[in-house]
Formats: sequence, structure tokens, C-alpha cells
Amino acid sequence: MRTTRWQRWSGLLFIAPWLITFIWFTLGPFIASIILSLTNYRFIGLPTWVGLDNYVRLFTDDPKFIRSVINTLYYTAVHVPGIMIMAFFVAILLNQKVKGQPIYRTAFYLPSVTAGVATAYLWILLLQPNGLVNQFLGLVGIDGPNWLTSSTWAMPALILMSFWGLGTTMIIYLAALQGIPQHLYEAASVDGAGVVRKMWHVTVPMMTPAIFLTAVLQIIGSWQVFTQALIVTNGGPRDSTLFILLHLYRTGFEYFQMGYASAIAWVLFVIILVFTILQFGIARRWVYYEGATER
Amino acid sequence: MVYPGKPITVRSTSVRVMRALVRALFYLLLIGGSVMYAIPFIYMVRWSFMTTSQVYDPDLFWPFPPAWENYTYVWQHHPVPWWLFNSFIVTFIGVTVGTFVSCVVAYGFARLDFPGSRVIFMVLLSTMMLPLHVTIIPVVIIFRDLGWLDTLWPLIVPGLGGGAFYIFILRQFFMTIPIELDEAARTDGASRLGILFRVILPLSKPAIATVAALAFIGNWNDFFLPLIVLNSPDRITLPVGLRYFAAGQYMEQQHTLQMAVAMISVMPIIVVFFFAQRQFVRGITLTGIKG
Repeated sequence: MRTTRWQRWSGLLFIAPWLITFIWFTLGPFIASIILSLTNYRFIGLPTWVGLDNYVRLFTDDPKFIRSVINTLYYTAVHVPGIMIMAFFVAILLNQKVKGQPIYRTAFYLPSVTAGVATAYLWILLLQPNGLVNQFLGLVGIDGPNWLTSSTWAMPALILMSFWGLGTTMIIYLAALQGIPQHLYEAASVDGAGVVRKMWHVTVPMMTPAIFLTAVLQIIGSWQVFTQALIVTNGGPRDSTLFILLHLYRTGFEYFQMGYASAIAWVLFVIILVFTILQFGIARRWVYYEGATER
Repeated sequence: MVYPGKPITVRSTSVRVMRALVRALFYLLLIGGSVMYAIPFIYMVRWSFMTTSQVYDPDLFWPFPPAWENYTYVWQHHPVPWWLFNSFIVTFIGVTVGTFVSCVVAYGFARLDFPGSRVIFMVLLSTMMLPLHVTIIPVVIIFRDLGWLDTLWPLIVPGLGGGAFYIFILRQFFMTIPIELDEAARTDGASRLGILFRVILPLSKPAIATVAALAFIGNWNDFFLPLIVLNSPDRITLPVGLRYFAAGQYMEQQHTLQMAVAMISVMPIIVVFFFAQRQFVRGITLTGIKG
């Protein structure tokens, strides 16, 4: 088939819609935000060049920023392993031959689809001192705290709430479980492996790509926690749930310090990038890809 | 050579009892867990049908007769119809146009080799890691300069070029369709667009449905951008509107009304979910594992 010059370039026409919106709303703003972060732009008037002042201020003169990074790290450290372990066990349970599997799957999955402002308000009510969560704890003899007014318990409350949204992670694990070839288990049985050893030597290694994927997604997601922090606790009490994105939002859109907020955005971007690159770097040591050749 | 001794079918009673117990435990955990995950929704329904005095009655679990007046009240006394309308417009355009354009772009990446196509595809992949939050400040300045603040345009226009994630899903799916089908259609005189519409798209219904379902959820639940760019009470979307009940703009703190609006905003998702459950699950499995 003859290819004319027109045919060679016509592909660009197909991707043009994306390319235009990408340049307009992503690439342009991406570059602009670097420049803005080096100014003191305040939404009105003209920006003044301040060099690296914003970045210096972030790390030396903004305790709220440092606090927001620590809070986000705290959340990530508990939320990510917690949700992965819980989702793993739910997926294992769902993968058994049980009656009514679609019903259980829906029950566990639905909250992650509806997650948003509406369910955040619902959780405010559930987390009241005499609310459902504390009533439940009372059944097992625990005197539940006043979650949302305590600077100690507000963050655990948000983490608890986050476990309600394990659905997506669980579905990824369930799909991975169903993709494990049965003959591996049969081979393990022949070798005399019991339930535990099959889990550890067949299931877990075969699941590592899915575990890796969810770890990457969950960590990226943790750095972007916003809705819950704004709605449920509004960053409080006493900044105990001030997440980095909430700090960015307030700086940029409540105080209109847009130059400074751009600097926060860039630090956020670098953090996400570093975490993701690190994870891909470590992945080679523990993620097993079937079909990949040993090095 | 050693062969396994006894046939596996012979089992002692104790093993059978153990198995039955383990199964019972599985069911207990699954049913107990499902109930725990469903209860918050049940409470949402319950509260939305309660009068204020019923909320504080510890002996009453289910309100009967249900207080429909919460719904009629928010519908008549608050701009809830507007919020629903605005959310609907944004979501409808996002799902229809967004999905369609994503298909066209994905076809370009899957089938047409043009100068720079690989590099541009890599750029597309990397944008999936770049959250909107990083670029939000300049983006809002752009919307301001276009005069789009407090309109629905900022929620509609950026999605008209298709979403990177959706394009990725569709492109991966298109790649699995044998190229011979394209070539056969081309010998029959079909143009590139003709191949897309008559060969590729009819074979890609599952992937398209998945993308449409994801686009629906993404648009309907969107909060960060509407919160920033929308302002007037009759121009906001449902998630932003929900805030008005807590912020005291209407001098009300009534949970029952708020839960009625919460129900209005969650119900469409639940309805779509029950019709498209398979698409959601497949969307994750299609892209998640291999990605």
C-alpha cells in the first residue's frame, strides 16, 4: 500500500483533540506553575519575581506545611498497608466457592464507587460520640473516643473511614487470584504443601504484580487526600488532619497566595514522583512477572 | 519413583468436620463483613426518612411512615433541582462526548503510525501520574481569563479531548483486535473513519461500556475543581451543594435534610452501578493487572 505524506500525518488528526486539551490545560499550566512558584502572585495585580523564596519559606517558616507533610505520611503509613491487608483477605474469602458471592462482592465494592462528599457527611454522623461506630465498639466493651473533636483520634477516624473504600483494591486482588493457574496449586499439593504453604509459595508470589500496582495507586492517592479532610474534619482539630492538599487549597483559594501555593504544588508533585520512582526501583526485587526471564 | 499412597477421596470424619467448620467461618466472615459494609448506607436511608425529633428517639430504628417531606422540602426550598441539573449536564457531556473522543484518539494511537506517535503516547501515559492538583493554580487562572469562573465550562471543556486513562484503556483493547480485519475493510474501500466505526467500535463494546461507566463516576463525584471554580448557589453541582447544609448558609444544621440530599446524589451511582457492575469490574481487571 502506498503511503502519501498526508497518510503519514493523518494520525495526528485523530489524536488532535487530546493533544489540544493536553497542551492547553496540562502542559501549559505545568510549565506556568513552575514560573508562578518563583513569584508572589496573588490572583490580582502583577506577579513579582521572588526567586526561591517560596521554597525556602516552605521548609523553614511554615510549620503548617511541615505538619501537613507529617500528617500525610502518618495517614499513608497506616492506610496503605491496612487497606491492602484487609482487601487481600476479603478477596481471598470472595474467591472461595461460596453461595451468594455477587452479593458480598457488591457490598464490599459499592462504598468505593460512591465515595465522595455525600458519604463523607454520612461518616460525620457515624463518628459522633454516640454514633454507630462507638455503639459498635460498645458491643465489644470499648468506650469509643470522641473521634472528630480529638486531635489524637481525628486521624484514626479518617483512616477507619478510608477502610470502607477497600473495594477497588479488593477487585484488583480478586481478578489476580482468579488468574492464578490451578495447576500450580495441584503441583504444590503433590509436593505435600498445606494451605499455609500454598498461600505463601503460590498465591502471594503470583499476586505480587497486583500488590505492587495497588501499593503504587494507594500511595499516590494518599498524597491527594482532600475531600474527607475538608468535609469531615476541615483539617482540625488543631491541624491534626491538615493534609498537604488541603494546605494547598487554603493557601491558593482562601488566602489567594497563588505563587506560594504553586510552590506547594511542586513539592507535592516531586514527592509523588519520588515515591513512584522508588517503588518501581524496589519492585524489581520482589515483584514476580510470569513469563519474564530471570536476570 | 514414589506415588501418592491412598486415593485422596478417602477422608476421615475429623477432616470433614474441620472443613465444615472452616466453611462456616468463611460464611460468617463474609456475611458479617458485608453487613458491616452495608450498614452505613442503611443509616443514610434511615436518616433521610426521619423527622428531626425521630433522630433523637433511641427506641426508634426505622421511621414509619417514612418522612418524605425531607425530600420535598429540600427540593422546594433549596436549589437542589439546579444542582441535579448541573451535575447531570456535566456528567452527560463527559460520558457521551468524552467517551467518543477517547475512542477516536485511542484509535489514532492503536492503529496509525505517525511521526512522534510513540513519544506522544509516552507523554499521555505520564500524564496519568500528574494529578490535576499540581497544575490547579494556573488552570484556574486560565479559566478566569476566559471568563469561565462560576460557569460549567471548566468542568466540561478539558474533558472534551478525552481522558488519558480512558484513551489508555481503549487503546489497549483496540490493540487486541486483529489488524487483518482493518485490512479487509480497507480493501473493501473503507476509509480510516469507516474502519473505526464499522470494525473497531462494534467489536469494542465491553471496553467502551467500561470507559463510559468510569467517566460517569468520575464526573458525578468530581469535587475538587467544582469546589474551586463554582460559586453561585444555582450554579454549583450536587457534591458542592451538599456543603451548604453543613456550612450553615441556610441556617440549618439538620442532618435529615442533608442525608436526603446525600441520597439524591448517591442514588444515580447506585442505579448505574447495578446495571453496569460487570463493566466496573472488567474496567479494573482490563487495565489494572497488565498495566
